[in-house]
Amino acid sequence: MIKIPNAQALRQVQNDLKKNYDPNKQLVTICAGTGCRGYGCIKVKDALEAEISRQNIGVEVRATGCFGFCEKGPLVVVHPQKIFYQQVKEKDVADIVTKTVMQGEVIEKLLYRDPVTSETVMKEEDVPFYKKQKRLVFGSNGVIDPTQIESYIAIGGYTALAKALSEMSPEGIINEVKKAALRGRGGGGFLSGTKWEGCRKAHGSPKYIIANGDEGDPGAYMDRSLMEGNPHSVVEGMMIGAYAIGASHGYIYVRNEYPLAVVHLTMAIESAREAGLLGKNILGSKFSFDISINKGGGAFVCGESSALFASIEGRAGEPRAKYVHAVEKGLWDKPTVLNNVETWANVPLIINNGADWYCSIGTEKSKGTKIFSLVGKINNTGLVEVPMGIKLREIIYDIGGGIPKGRKFKAVQTGGPSGGCIPESLLDLPVDFDKLYEVGSMMGSGGMIVMDDRSCMVDVAKYFLAFLQEESCGKCVPCREGVRRMREILEDICAGKGTEGDVDLLEKISQGVADGSLCALGGSAPNPVLSTLRYFRNEYEAHIKDHRCPAGVCKALITYSIDPEKCTGCGMCIKVCPTQATSGEKKKAHTIDNNKCTRCGACIESCKFDAINVK
Amino acid sequence: MVNLTVDGKNISAPEDTMLLEAIRGAGISIPTLCAHEAVSRSGACRLCVVEIKKGNRTRIVTSCLYAVEEDLVVHTKSERVLNVRRLVMELLLARCPESEVLQKLARELGVEPQARFVADTDKGKCILCRSCVRVCEEIVGVSAIGLFARGSHKTVGTAYNEKSDVCIGCGACAYVCPTGHIEMTSTEDKRKIWGRTFKMKTCDTCGRYFAPMDQLKYISKKTGVPLKDLSICMDCR
Repeated sequence: MIKIPNAQALRQVQNDLKKNYDPNKQLVTICAGTGCRGYGCIKVKDALEAEISRQNIGVEVRATGCFGFCEKGPLVVVHPQKIFYQQVKEKDVADIVTKTVMQGEVIEKLLYRDPVTSETVMKEEDVPFYKKQKRLVFGSNGVIDPTQIESYIAIGGYTALAKALSEMSPEGIINEVKKAALRGRGGGGFLSGTKWEGCRKAHGSPKYIIANGDEGDPGAYMDRSLMEGNPHSVVEGMMIGAYAIGASHGYIYVRNEYPLAVVHLTMAIESAREAGLLGKNILGSKFSFDISINKGGGAFVCGESSALFASIEGRAGEPRAKYVHAVEKGLWDKPTVLNNVETWANVPLIINNGADWYCSIGTEKSKGTKIFSLVGKINNTGLVEVPMGIKLREIIYDIGGGIPKGRKFKAVQTGGPSGGCIPESLLDLPVDFDKLYEVGSMMGSGGMIVMDDRSCMVDVAKYFLAFLQEESCGKCVPCREGVRRMREILEDICAGKGTEGDVDLLEKISQGVADGSLCALGGSAPNPVLSTLRYFRNEYEAHIKDHRCPAGVCKALITYSIDPEKCTGCGMCIKVCPTQATSGEKKKAHTIDNNKCTRCGACIESCKFDAINVK
Repeated sequence: MVNLTVDGKNISAPEDTMLLEAIRGAGISIPTLCAHEAVSRSGACRLCVVEIKKGNRTRIVTSCLYAVEEDLVVHTKSERVLNVRRLVMELLLARCPESEVLQKLARELGVEPQARFVADTDKGKCILCRSCVRVCEEIVGVSAIGLFARGSHKTVGTAYNEKSDVCIGCGACAYVCPTGHIEMTSTEDKRKIWGRTFKMKTCDTCGRYFAPMDQLKYISKKTGVPLKDLSICMDCR
């Protein structure tokens, strides 16, 4: 990449590049995000390249970032028709090239098939998973090559930076972001513009800009996919923020468990430097700024701002009391703006399109879109970007395709480990920061774990508390000791050793831990217990009073039996049982010896006749 | 001076005073375990929490870390505050059931051990207040001990639990420990702490053993005072 001296030259470069990135040109894109890599997409990509080169047709194969529909990877799109192929294997490649790329013929068996209508869908945008989404931040992921800055510039990348530097004052940018009411996507939902303004006005130099990429919620990976798939959008957002607050240096704090994100971010920063977009006098202006990457060790608590600062400073990742805000005393006690990766990626959109446009999307107090990672008992696992205010039901049923195996929806856990479980009665809740908070959960960074009727809510609370106990830094007493004691009580309840006063005690400890903890990790740690108590109190009581786990999960409280009416005597359960607890003759109803049975569930999974009863 | 109200009483304190000092200065007692005058504040024990009211918003803050503010309304014994203190004491009693210091404080605060918590047997009397770690780093300047692991696995000790090369045997850690967890045994010519045995030095004047040789050497190196001038005990100086 040549050095771009000013905003005008950037426009020229963009125009030149657009010719190479003509949307009508033949092109094959393949998702090369971490999820699809797990499915073996790199082999598919290599095979595509080899076949295209063998056929000598000179069509580009572009490995892009995550498309989001992780359930159906590896994903391939043939352009310009945008024919969407899913679960593509190496053996399908020859057909894709000779039939679709060369002759425009659609391969039926590789298309997505709607499980409801059983009809195939040809185009990406017509797949129900994508239809209700509004992919403003995440959309370019499936288009650009994240390792090539040219790819980002060709779709208008760095236009917002050029606009900010040549047409806007720092105060003007802050006002625009304030007007757009952009709220932090990392969890707190604090107004970014207010944060920026506080930092701009704060005394102290230098000032710092940080992108929080320490995404640690179980099942959440939207920030990873953004860093992997569109790293320049994060970098551009940070540059604009830096110019607005008067920072000369920025950090991207990314966990080292995201190796591909680290590689792509490093490439993005290096190529931006080469292009003169990072460094001294960016685009011929007086603004100078550079970014370093800080690789975190993967502690969940390091996503907390003061622990993150400590980690960058080279100390153990422990929070400190934040009675003085980070915008005044943050990293190395200097004024600092810390925003989450997704928040930064929203910034270029706001600058390019204006606050009015941004405010046209979303609800009264939550503007724009939000990326959720939809996981758990859901048909279409993946990353979905939706406008704020969309109903939970739409996300789970229309986009997510509902619950697998026709089972019943029970709850959706949002907001990460310290979020809460939302029951079926609230499925029509419009999703935004405040509504989720009102029902005892939170937006968090956008994790969404769907649970069906075979999820025990006490067990779920126990799982999240175990996670938080492991991830607590251990500095303050309520979090370190209190979460541990809560977990012990939950373990007792699940083991059938719960006692009468346990629920009251859990509530009392919850209050003390929430009030008394040093940081937000402890402050919100009781949420999994409080929200499950709020909506599923009867399940706790069933465990304690009746020694019964209604969902059939807690092993100490359940027994397995075989329904002789349903059992056909096929022998599958005998084959899969690891402890030889199931027995019986062929074609006669089988039985289970509960003394041998470990309640592992293998027989339930294997039984095609739904004959295993759990009580 | 900054004016504020504590438990309905008007008090004033110089700017930058922490609430803890301001409140205690007004004759109101606040319990603490981790705020030692010799070291920086950490906010780890959470016993000193108070409830503050600013405008319509109330919240719980640690008084040892929160500076006085004009017109701040502070409650030191609200239900929320007492609930946190009670919980902290119950949690600490379950962690260190043998600590007399905790037992005494619990009695003062009217807190009984929580029967539902199974008492720990492996934590000794350490409440992880980190006063020892801070004094070793901030005052002594050797950082012979530190904190390891996180969450409920967190412990204080020397690196890899091996004998520390940098420890000077000064015993400052044992001195600031609020519960007496850190064991230091001294005989005439030897002192044992953190698994190491230190040779004591005799006073050049009275001949009594008075300080570890390593400590005197360290002070001499750090201050430039000749070792000979340091070889006289406090009584003989």
